[in-house]
Amino acid sequence: MIALAAIAAVMLASAALAFTRRNLIHSALLLVLTWSGVAAFYLWADAQFVAFAQLLVYVGAVSMVVLFAVLLTRRSLAESVDHPVTLRRGALALLAGAAVLITLAYAVLNTRLAPASAAAPSVTVKQIGQQLMGEHAASLLIVGVVLTVALIGAAVIAVTDETEDPS
Amino acid sequence: MNPLTLCLLLSSALFAIGLTAALARTNTILVLLGIELMLNAANLNFIAFWRFGPSTASATGVMFVLFAIAIAAAEAAVGLALVIAVYRHQKNIRLSEATRLKG
Repeated sequence: MIALAAIAAVMLASAALAFTRRNLIHSALLLVLTWSGVAAFYLWADAQFVAFAQLLVYVGAVSMVVLFAVLLTRRSLAESVDHPVTLRRGALALLAGAAVLITLAYAVLNTRLAPASAAAPSVTVKQIGQQLMGEHAASLLIVGVVLTVALIGAAVIAVTDETEDPS
Repeated sequence: MNPLTLCLLLSSALFAIGLTAALARTNTILVLLGIELMLNAANLNFIAFWRFGPSTASATGVMFVLFAIAIAAAEAAVGLALVIAVYRHQKNIRLSEATRLKG
């Protein structure tokens, strides 16, 4: 329980800090900490394989893509600093977030959950591989196609058109 | 308290932070990161139910999270490509100024 409290504190504090920074690079780096916290939560919950997938995909790949996007979409060093949030917009967003949080917490606290099983479910990497290649083989292929199409699409969207402006 | 309840409360808090960020910030990249955080909160729930739920026979929760992470990665790549495309057209990435399609 103490481990969960520590993980939760790091995760929530870094996420909340990340979205109050005005410098985009600071936000992105703080979110790396949040994603690492999520990976730590997976480790705590005995889902080691998912924890490593989280580390590879989010901490390794998504954070790099985000940093590249931040660096590519600014003309000067000062431009990675965002405009401050207007008071009205911030207050409305906080109100919406608090309403969602209260609703979710109320629903969770008033639900009678089945008692937790004492033993951790043991899933080895071998079993995961066999399930991926066995009963989930079609999903795996479809995810591969989706990823390929999405990445080709992303490259097509982001590519610079040389012939666009001859002026 | 039931550990499952704690995990669900944690993911609710993470979801609320992501939602607040996506609504409050006008920078496109930060809005996208808020959405990513909400996706992560959903993944926490899958793992929590898999670990502390009544039936722990199969690895369904793990499979679901693996596929969700793959889709989230594709979404992040397409989203950031769109950010770069928007930047090329209007020379900044403020959402409030991306009103070219407004009727």
